[in-house]
Amino acid sequence: MSVLEELKNSIITYKPAKAKEYCQQALAEGIDPGVILSEGLIAGMSVVGARFKKNEIYVPEVLIAAKATHAGLDVLKPILSERKTEPIGKVIIGTVKDDLHDIGKNLVTMMLEGGGFEVVNLGVNVDPEKFIAAIKEHDPDIVGMSSLITSTLHWVEDTITAIESAGLRDQVKIMVGGAPVTEEWALQIGADGFGKDATAAVEMARKLLGVA
Amino acid sequence: MYHTEIRSKDKIVTIGRDLPAVIIGERINPTGKKKFGQALLARDFEAVRREAMTQVEQGADVLDVNVGVAGVDEVALLPEVVKIVAATADVPLCIDSANPQALAAALKVYEGKALVNSVTGEEKSIDSVLPVVKEYGAAVVGLLMDDEGISNDPEKRLAIASKIVERAEKAGIERSDIVIDCLTMTVSSDHNAAVLTLKTIERVVEELGTNIILGISNVSFGLPDRHSITKTMLAMALRAGLTCVIMDPTAEGMRRTMKSADLLLGRDEWAMNYLAEYRQYSEQA
Repeated sequence: MSVLEELKNSIITYKPAKAKEYCQQALAEGIDPGVILSEGLIAGMSVVGARFKKNEIYVPEVLIAAKATHAGLDVLKPILSERKTEPIGKVIIGTVKDDLHDIGKNLVTMMLEGGGFEVVNLGVNVDPEKFIAAIKEHDPDIVGMSSLITSTLHWVEDTITAIESAGLRDQVKIMVGGAPVTEEWALQIGADGFGKDATAAVEMARKLLGVA
Repeated sequence: MYHTEIRSKDKIVTIGRDLPAVIIGERINPTGKKKFGQALLARDFEAVRREAMTQVEQGADVLDVNVGVAGVDEVALLPEVVKIVAATADVPLCIDSANPQALAAALKVYEGKALVNSVTGEEKSIDSVLPVVKEYGAAVVGLLMDDEGISNDPEKRLAIASKIVERAEKAGIERSDIVIDCLTMTVSSDHNAAVLTLKTIERVVEELGTNIILGISNVSFGLPDRHSITKTMLAMALRAGLTCVIMDPTAEGMRRTMKSADLLLGRDEWAMNYLAEYRQYSEQA
């Protein structure tokens, strides 16, 4: 098996230490880090995403696969940033104010990173001011918001309104998700996209940026 | 030992550590149920009535009522749905909202003594929810999170419980009317999450002695065969000191697990409740 196959396999079989090792080995063999990223790490995460979507694997497995991907990314990142490999797009993401749920948001983050996006994760309980400050600081293409309980849903709408009032709405696409969120509602409150799960979120992010 | 008594017009339910555990039916809640939410928005209450009846048939002692769906005016809708549920099923209600105005409006029209779900340790919540609970003579669930969020340390969760109890007592609410929710997080993202919940229950029971409530099913989120995990957690939490459970009474095996645990914990004399449950539901068991 080639080192890239081994790397992809280490993601699919949830082995962070192996992922790190194969990334180092691939670099030592002189393989382009962009290729290691796409044909090793991203290829592995794509398989994981597809299996998760089909209910063949479950949340803990996705989280440990994501951990393996991160172990590999940590090896590649310094070299990639030197080479200035362009990410597909930049996303800032956070769970809205008063809401402390982070599994879904973190899955989306990992899947986006695995899919070649640069992601700034703002964490949980992110108030509108913090979203706005992050837009100014990071100049993202997409802003992602998560709400997992009905009592915090209004913060999604309030955050979008605040982004509008700050005059920043036109420079970003907004995506929302979470258990109580529906696509109709998302569009109604002025979001650009909705993802019902992490895989769908990555598809939507690509679509919003016009990436095939 | 504290007894928390809640009432509908004609029925009293008592929660206590020496009594069989109380089932609070969780199904009147639009979270994650698209159709149910749309029906609420359209003021179509057929599904509400159906869920009320089904859950009581399936053994719910109390019904939780939550109308929080995107785009809804809870202050108007919560009292309306509370009235409908109360007229459909004669069991006490657990009125579930984070909005103090909606809670007040619902308590105002409710004929009985409700359990309010919930107050948290956050200053804003304490200041806005406790006066409403006191005014209407309700009981209240205290949720163990505060302005700093949810802690992974049982002692910190206990400190929030102590704070809620102290502030509630200061507001004139008796300790017997406070039920502490020790929080169930899923083991799919942290395999120590359930141990933490169980430890917190033990500590709150030791130090404060209050009744304990949990929304149990969250523990198994993200895993296959959720019932196995949820039922096992239920049995362990009942042993730790859980006294009332927010759950789906229609979920396979949950009710029977609860009756089995009550029997094993010595609070079902001559196994009368277990046997009654077995006979009543044996066809579907």
